[in-house]
Amino acid sequence: MQKIIEVKNLTKKFKSLTAVNNLDLNVYRGDIFGFLGPNGAGKSTTIRMLMTLINPSSGSIKIFDKSLKQNRNEILKKIGAIVEKPDFYGYLSAYKNLEILGQISGCDTSNKRIMEVLELVGLEKRYKSKVKTFSHGMKQRLGLGQALLHNPELIILDEPTTGLDPQGMKEIRELILHLSKEEQKTIFLSSHILAEVELVANRMIIINKGTTVVEGTVQELLNATNLKVTFEVDEIERAKKILSETQWQKKIESFGDYQILFLLEKEEIAFLNKFFVEQGILVHSIVPKRSLEEYFLNLTEKGA
Amino acid sequence: MYTLVKIELYKIFRKWRTYIGFMAIGVLVPVIQIAMYFQGAHYLEFLTRNFKDNFVFVGNLLNGYLIAYIILGSLTIHIPFLIALVAGDLLAGEATAGTYRMLITRPVSRLKLVTAKFIAGLIYTNLLVLWLAVISLGLGILIFGVGELLVIKDAIIIFAQNDILWRFAFAYASAALSMSVVCALGFLFSSLVENAIGPIVTTMTVIIIFTIFSAINIDFFRTIRPYLFTNYMSTWHLVFDDPVNYDEIVKNLLVLTGHIAGFFGITLFIFKRKDILT
Repeated sequence: MQKIIEVKNLTKKFKSLTAVNNLDLNVYRGDIFGFLGPNGAGKSTTIRMLMTLINPSSGSIKIFDKSLKQNRNEILKKIGAIVEKPDFYGYLSAYKNLEILGQISGCDTSNKRIMEVLELVGLEKRYKSKVKTFSHGMKQRLGLGQALLHNPELIILDEPTTGLDPQGMKEIRELILHLSKEEQKTIFLSSHILAEVELVANRMIIINKGTTVVEGTVQELLNATNLKVTFEVDEIERAKKILSETQWQKKIESFGDYQILFLLEKEEIAFLNKFFVEQGILVHSIVPKRSLEEYFLNLTEKGA
Repeated sequence: MYTLVKIELYKIFRKWRTYIGFMAIGVLVPVIQIAMYFQGAHYLEFLTRNFKDNFVFVGNLLNGYLIAYIILGSLTIHIPFLIALVAGDLLAGEATAGTYRMLITRPVSRLKLVTAKFIAGLIYTNLLVLWLAVISLGLGILIFGVGELLVIKDAIIIFAQNDILWRFAFAYASAALSMSVVCALGFLFSSLVENAIGPIVTTMTVIIIFTIFSAINIDFFRTIRPYLFTNYMSTWHLVFDDPVNYDEIVKNLLVLTGHIAGFFGITLFIFKRKDILT
């Protein structure tokens, strides 16, 4: 499969701070690639390097099999991006902003094309309005619009759902899936929310302190790991006693007032539930948590 | 490049601050002209008080040319502020608004983007000087009519009516070049920071300090004067000498052009390497 982005040993230092440290990553054609990490992990710095906003201290970036440094303009013609929050010329209309950005990119800026893009992001009725009157969500949509205007092969989205309401988040997710499935775009999606990436991405990487923590397909990463499952039961003492005489004892992580935390594989959850019921212990709830999710939450909390 | 310059000009002229300069000149010059219309005779009398005993002045000396000459002399000190207002915002304004990210991620080199912005800034600067010319000379002639131009420097020089317009054209052109240096300086400072206020204030501070240094007649300041660009900004005055010292004018204009190229070169150097963090 063709590599669309190939990053090797990418490092960015700001004086004494190393924002990105020997980062490697590969994005393949057709991927929806989740780029995960807590705030301050180096996601935006990496994206800024991919978009030539900042210069790497060392390492190499290849996009579409070509060195970004030597083929910048040719490569950027095929990329659409939102880098952090989308800011526009507030004193100009949404239409004029897209027209100007399109003209600079040298792409089709006909009325038909601009209105088509505005319609795609749901802003066709506000095309005349000055951007300074737009809400954050509307600016995000316009940001997506400018990223799609020149019909790019690769779309880089830096936290595109930040500040959106649940409905807005859902619409963006649907748009990402549409772009991937119907228009065969490759999408690089940065986020600090695992669940968001899980819903749309097929491959992902988690970075922290500018370095890769884990990389692979979403399926592999989420299923390969054991689940931490909390069983809430009615008789905790009796449950403890019964469990101590069985093989499930080895799977126990800890006890709470009414909860028992197990480290299980997905298939074992149903068997354990059946076991409790057979023993006459009522199970009030079963709450699974994947260890990757917990691990990521820990990272996020430390990052925050 | 044409499209980029067109876009930059569009952005400049869609901002309210752009019109401050045009409005300031559009209000200030007519106010001076009206004041001169009513009290110009006293002013002229004051101007010629030392020569009254030896000369008899005849004809329409208080004419559009004299008014334009006086206005040009006084406003070239203040116009740099109006230029800095726009030039200081050209790059820093994009940083403040966060639009750098949109702009620089387009498939156009930074060199082209910066050059287009600079050309647009120069066009604005020259339009402002042209506006000054139209208002002060054009309106002045309409109100006061034409006549001979009386210039008092080390000596009294009276230019014949048919020997004046080309001098004004030359004077406005060299004033435009001087103001372009201000534009280039403001643009340079604009590339260094993320807020437009800094470049505007810094540009004006540099001009004020250099102008003071240029004006103080002490040996030390006389020694450094040739190295201060402000020393060459009043080159337009030399056009109203008789005979005109063309060598001096050409040298001065080359120095000013060199400053424009130098400031722009440094801006390019800085901007090509700049990490966009806003």
